[in-house]
Amino acid sequence: MNKTLLYIALLIISIALPFVFPNYTISLTAMWLLIIVSLTWDMTGGQMGYNSLGNIFFYGTGMYVAAITGISMVYDVGQYTSAAGGGINNFTATQYFSGLGIGAVAAGIFCAISAVILGYLLFGLRGPYFAIGTLGVAIAAGELVSNWEWVGGGQGVSLPVYPGDLDEGKFFFYYLFCTLGIATFIFLKWLYSTRFGAAINAIRDDEEKAEAMGIHTLRYKLVTWSIAAFIVGLAGAFSGYQLIQFEPLETAYQTINLGIFMVVCVLLGGKGTLWGPVIGAILFHVLKEVTWTYFLGWQWVALGALIVVTVVYFQDGLMGWLKHVRPEWFGERVEQKPGSKPSSASQAEAAQ
Amino acid sequence: MSKPIIEVTGVSKSYGGVHANKDVSLKVADGGITGLIGPNGSGKTTLFNSIVGYHPIDCGSVKFQGKEISKLQVPQIARLGLLRTFQQTRIYGEMNCVENMLISIPHRKMSYKDMFKHNSKIDYEKADRLLDFVGLYEKRYLRAGSLSFGQQKLLEFAMALTNEPTVLMLDEPTAGINPTLINGLIDRLQLANSEFGITLFIIEHNMRVIMNMADHIYCLAHGEMLASGPPSEIQNDQRVIDAYLGAH
Repeated sequence: MNKTLLYIALLIISIALPFVFPNYTISLTAMWLLIIVSLTWDMTGGQMGYNSLGNIFFYGTGMYVAAITGISMVYDVGQYTSAAGGGINNFTATQYFSGLGIGAVAAGIFCAISAVILGYLLFGLRGPYFAIGTLGVAIAAGELVSNWEWVGGGQGVSLPVYPGDLDEGKFFFYYLFCTLGIATFIFLKWLYSTRFGAAINAIRDDEEKAEAMGIHTLRYKLVTWSIAAFIVGLAGAFSGYQLIQFEPLETAYQTINLGIFMVVCVLLGGKGTLWGPVIGAILFHVLKEVTWTYFLGWQWVALGALIVVTVVYFQDGLMGWLKHVRPEWFGERVEQKPGSKPSSASQAEAAQ
Repeated sequence: MSKPIIEVTGVSKSYGGVHANKDVSLKVADGGITGLIGPNGSGKTTLFNSIVGYHPIDCGSVKFQGKEISKLQVPQIARLGLLRTFQQTRIYGEMNCVENMLISIPHRKMSYKDMFKHNSKIDYEKADRLLDFVGLYEKRYLRAGSLSFGQQKLLEFAMALTNEPTVLMLDEPTAGINPTLINGLIDRLQLANSEFGITLFIIEHNMRVIMNMADHIYCLAHGEMLASGPPSEIQNDQRVIDAYLGAH
């Protein structure tokens, strides 16, 4: 009952935020993006034990696939990109929204399929090798796209602006990300409660044991990563349309910014938990905005220090720490069998 | 000897210059308890690993229920109903005992749709019943990683039972367990064999345990099959005694 109230309160806050702080709408949208990519990073990194540094690949790829799909529905892509926004970017409202909608779905599906293909190649790697392998994919993809003239090369892509009032556009994108974030949270809450969640936890705790017990480990790993890729692809698609202009290395395949931020958020909040990534993303976003505003010039030093402190002293994050000091909140308890005395066998074990 | 369920014929496995298994052949009788003994480093665990597909074998054949399995991979063999436990106990440390049990339900016929289902009430009841069977009922909501070594061994055994295997291969089930608990474990192993009808194939160093339980024993030494026969015969075999005392 109390939990339901809490969820309703959070939902109301999420909806009301842009009305309460209209000047911060763009920043709040960025916070939702951070929540989404953190939640999905935790699917493989926290719940399954595969630390990917390449999830940003799906963000960038989603951005490009959605933009190119949206453009190709109206113009010839090569002509459009070579003009680089010079003149031919008149889109009607219908063209804009159908481009965004169909583009986002295409982006999600494309990313999910590429996750399966990449997964076949990369899931043979374990631990740090998987992290480096995935990072390599993201960096390589950024370099490849920046040399591909048809999609705008190093200059990137200019998309049409939101058809309508600019403030309305800010609200539109806030609620787009907000909806995706809430949907992702609800979906993951359900997913982790099924056998699927238990299976990927088993892979995290001991993959060899999981194999020896006959679990389809590769199947679980591929499905998990492709779900994460689908969601990140959608987020990338929305981001592209929100940013209007994006380029490959610093915006789309931004390995050193968002690509690392999502990992830090999860570590800060506590990996392998549902709330950890959310709390971590909010904390991190606030810290980031504060340092950017008040310590400009030192912001990277502050973030670097935060990463070092988290990784060295606070690896389990907030939720991990809470689990350690209050295990009973997470259901750890000793429970006697109803109406029975301890058997002689269990006495023998108790004596151990 | 009744119909063999596992048939190992002429299996060899070497690591570089070390011949861990040389032309090993054995048969595990359906429904019985078969023991595998031998001094440290004689190749017992290597043979287990060869049977369950942990590594490719150099030559020879491994048959399970008459079907060649030496080319299959670990999860595929496990899904056929041939399950092994590890010498170094392996459980899922961050999950509680019940979750450890629930994830061990047979994945033999699990389709994509089944992957996204919730565990049924029957699954929970089964988990509770088997945890009770090994005496871990009170601790079932504790993190498996927080249990003692002996309790983790019992949990691993219960997880193996949840999987409903046809054959269970146990690698030193009593190693590191105190003597009181060993008796309880022997009882439960024998019950698993007689009541659940699970064929057992056990590596064991504790002679008292294995001689009492097994109806047929194989002895390995230096990667080769040294002797085989019923416990009484093995106990009095001079070669086996020599191998254990180092005269070999």
